[in-house]
Amino acid sequence: MVNSTPKRTRPLSPNIQIYRPQLTSVLSIANRITGVVLSIYAVALVVWLMAAAAGPHAHSMIHVFIRSWVGQILLLGCTFSFFVRLCGGIRHLVWDAGYGFDLRAIYTSGWTMVAVSTALTVITWITSIVLAG
Amino acid sequence: MVTTWNLLGTVARRSTDGIYLSNWHTTVDKGKRSVMIIKSSDQVPRATLLKRFPVPRNFGVAPQSRIGRGETWPAPAGAVRVKSFEIYRYDPDSGGNPHLDTFEVDLDDCGPMVLDALFWIKNKVDSTLTFRRSCREGICGSCAMNIDGANWLACTRFISDLATPATIYPLANMRIIKDLVPDLTHVFAQYHLIEPWLRSKTPEPERERLQSPEERNKLDGFYECILCFCCTSGCPSHWWNGERFLGPAVLLQANRWLVDSRDEATDERLDGLEDPFRLYRCHTILNCTRTCPKGLNPGKAIANIKKMLIDRRS
Repeated sequence: MVNSTPKRTRPLSPNIQIYRPQLTSVLSIANRITGVVLSIYAVALVVWLMAAAAGPHAHSMIHVFIRSWVGQILLLGCTFSFFVRLCGGIRHLVWDAGYGFDLRAIYTSGWTMVAVSTALTVITWITSIVLAG
Repeated sequence: MVTTWNLLGTVARRSTDGIYLSNWHTTVDKGKRSVMIIKSSDQVPRATLLKRFPVPRNFGVAPQSRIGRGETWPAPAGAVRVKSFEIYRYDPDSGGNPHLDTFEVDLDDCGPMVLDALFWIKNKVDSTLTFRRSCREGICGSCAMNIDGANWLACTRFISDLATPATIYPLANMRIIKDLVPDLTHVFAQYHLIEPWLRSKTPEPERERLQSPEERNKLDGFYECILCFCCTSGCPSHWWNGERFLGPAVLLQANRWLVDSRDEATDERLDGLEDPFRLYRCHTILNCTRTCPKGLNPGKAIANIKKMLIDRRS
């Protein structure tokens, strides 16, 4: 056995701690995060439906919560996540077909995804506010 | 016709051939380019809300990799144009942790590229600064490092394009031998795994294996890879699954051999790649295409491999 000092493990250079967020990575992680968020909202949807089926008392309790400012913010988060994931999903389907890989197309489709999902969220909210009265 | 400025400051003109080069190096009309729509990877990232993901500085970092504060080396007296560089340092002989040293560089005494600044620091300030370098013209891939948060070659990044202070880290998510020198053993082993050589069953012909111009054009955009590993080092999927995911550089080369008409082991190559980790950890994040210093498109190559796998199933 050679008498030598134990070898230190080499340090790992920082990755996410210092890497610049670019449209590519930001939209990709947004797609993933909205997916997780929407699964949680799916559970909330089931709760809402069950409350609606349970009768007027349970339904009105949930209704009061949704009408509160906390509920409205959560609802905004839900709709925005939904549209981000929808547009991101379409973008992914286009990539899976093999189109839109050059950098200009990536960035154009990326900004389009941001713009369209924001627009759809705004349209949905304005429509629902108008319809609700 | 495209005008490019080489490191000696003279103007070189060359004609563009191949579609992949059409947007490359149009540094002449820098001012007209949009900041939002990136057309070519040599556009320096500018529009950004955050300089880094909002995670704690030492998020998930092993104790021996935590970066501490280092020394500051001021500019020489009488320097007019000065720029600060924060550079990652690690000395394996010292037994300490890596740290960030700040160097003030006299820009009038220094060439225009980041590599020139590194040499200036090494020659005039701290000769222990260690980094890989060779060609100084963006073709060998030695000086690949993380400059201002994005992976690029130090010899082709202008100092004037950097933030103040400029931050220089080694390639992300690599074991560091010293200062800015990463250990590339693992990524080269992954490269070896895809068998990057011509595999043929037919006996060797007396002359070359012939290829039509159309067949040769299929290699364009893949053979030019300089194996700098900027893309692999910038791939978040490789950060989390780098042990088993091959990464964009290796997969680009895998595609290079798959589309080569002279190679006869296409089926065997595809068999080797059809694995949930080797290929399918790619989730089309596309950081690779954004960061390639040669303007190549690993994302597209990986999509092509996936397409070939589906096509052969039907």
